[in-house]
Amino acid sequence: MSEYILAVEGLTVSFDGFRAVDDLNFYVEKDELRCVIGPNGAGKTTLLDMICGKTKPTGGTIKFKTFDLTGMIEYQITRIGVGRKFQNPSVYEDLTVFENLEISYPKKRGLMGSLFFRRDDDLLSKIDEVAEQIFLHEVLRHKAGKLSHGQKQWLEIGMLLMQDPELLLLDEPVAGMSAKEREQTAYLLNNISKGRSIVVIEHDMAFVRMIAHKVTVLHQGKLLAEGSMDQVQADERVKDVYLGH
Amino acid sequence: MSMPRPSASRTAAESIRSERSFLAKASIPILAVLLLAALPLTLDIFRLGLAAKYLSLSFCAVGIVLIWGYGGILSLGQGVFFGLGSYMMAMFLKLESTGADSSAQALSSFFGSNLPDFMVWNSIETLPWWWEPFNHAWFTIPAILILPAVLAFVLAYANFRRRIGDVYFSIVTLALSAILAIVIIGQQGVTGGVNGINDFRTFLGINLDDDKVKVSMYYITCVLLLGCVMIGTFVLRSRLGKVLVAIRDREDRVRFSGYDPALFKAFIFAIAAVFSSIGGAMFTLQVGLASPSLVGIVPSVEMVIYAAVGGRLSLVGAVYGAVLVGYAKTFFSENFVEYWMYFIGGLFVVVVMFLPDGLAGLIDRIRGGGKPGASSGEPTPAREDGASPPPGAARLAGETGGAE
Repeated sequence: MSEYILAVEGLTVSFDGFRAVDDLNFYVEKDELRCVIGPNGAGKTTLLDMICGKTKPTGGTIKFKTFDLTGMIEYQITRIGVGRKFQNPSVYEDLTVFENLEISYPKKRGLMGSLFFRRDDDLLSKIDEVAEQIFLHEVLRHKAGKLSHGQKQWLEIGMLLMQDPELLLLDEPVAGMSAKEREQTAYLLNNISKGRSIVVIEHDMAFVRMIAHKVTVLHQGKLLAEGSMDQVQADERVKDVYLGH
Repeated sequence: MSMPRPSASRTAAESIRSERSFLAKASIPILAVLLLAALPLTLDIFRLGLAAKYLSLSFCAVGIVLIWGYGGILSLGQGVFFGLGSYMMAMFLKLESTGADSSAQALSSFFGSNLPDFMVWNSIETLPWWWEPFNHAWFTIPAILILPAVLAFVLAYANFRRRIGDVYFSIVTLALSAILAIVIIGQQGVTGGVNGINDFRTFLGINLDDDKVKVSMYYITCVLLLGCVMIGTFVLRSRLGKVLVAIRDREDRVRFSGYDPALFKAFIFAIAAVFSSIGGAMFTLQVGLASPSLVGIVPSVEMVIYAAVGGRLSLVGAVYGAVLVGYAKTFFSENFVEYWMYFIGGLFVVVVMFLPDGLAGLIDRIRGGGKPGASSGEPTPAREDGASPPPGAARLAGETGGAE
């Protein structure tokens, strides 16, 4: 059995008595690209929120490598190698694409470190590399606020890549993208999944089929099914709640 | 760059090449020439004294540009830090003057100690323990720099770590400035009350009434002010400056870039507090007064007006804003005794409505015809041909594109 990079056990969170995630077990292996699907309100985004520290769970454990994430706050979780992309692209609109990437560079994130930070060749070549990967090399000096919706999605993925995380959490990375952009994104994700684990929340089944190693289906905060895309699509319960309708 | 690239493809290194305009580069030197040469050569000693007063207040405005324009924190309590610097300097000057003045000595020796006059009038019999260290310049001068920094950092960090929203923090600072003014007025015996602390003669044995000393003090103020503007510029151009802009625009996201926003906001708030405190100390040295009327809510809000008029995103602009509003205040109050407050209020309304980025924004607009930069509140369009300067860098450099 291979090693789990992420082990979520008995995870529960309730908002005013409503259990958004209910006693969930969820494991991600090293180098795996996992897709999480499920109808609205299944608890997908909440699951990612808890892993990255945005929401505090009411019960259960989240283990990333050897760290227990439940007791840590956002920036600490980021620093040990978990990157999160949000559902609505969250980029720094008043900064340029270059600066967005630069700010995500995982060095000198303390006060004095960032005050006396000097750009070096490592940083510049890393930005070159990432900008090329996310198809934004030609617009490095544009303000992020002026990018198209799809480009912002890519930029946010690029910002995560700058952080060089071992675990990437992507919430609907192709929402609002054209068919061509989706294809490019699938290529991008397949490309970057080497050497790191990725969890993707997505509604677009064609896209999931392009990228997923394994699919997890959530329903009402609980695990409904898990397996390959074909297995999951053949599952009667999954058809009932999600695919068949 | 070690990595060779086809010429068609722009590299990261090229995209950061600085293309700041002449004005952006020259704004600090221009300010320096104005302050160090033009004003002293043209103004008489009285007007130069007025300029020194406004320049002392402009330290606060420079700090407000940092915290408000770039950090997104609207502080309505910079008067507190101005007041701290002002009062610490005043306490030192008062003790020195009391020690040197024979009639004051005669009065206080009657009570068996070296007491400032207002304490004697208020039947205070011994110097309060927290006055004692201000007998020494080696304590007073570092305290003016360190005490406000520590206070500001602790206050801001405690608030921001618990994720108190910026609006609530504004209210906290507002309350703080009210509290300090009330305490000073209420504790007349040890603070001088509503009269403040005044009637100084010397600073380290130098006669403060001497014209040459006044001119020297003016120059010292200018040099310190230019130093603050340059420190501010350095901070904003650093990675920390960009993190600040990111925090201002999207604080939640910054946590997921691996930064602790509370630390950065507290840091910039502390810097602004030190600037204000230095301004307060220079004010007291030159105007010869520390007064609760410069601590409370009204002066704190006025300081925000200076920054707004000069340009929220322009450190240099803040200096012009403070001097212009200061002169306007003097002019209106001399000529329209009853209405001058309305003029100041009207000026603020006009600036907020028509010049959201103040004079600096106006200059940018006239010069560049809507060039990317600090010319409007909205992000300005980046030109597709890439011929424009990097907008972010221009914006960060834009604080030097001040009003000339």
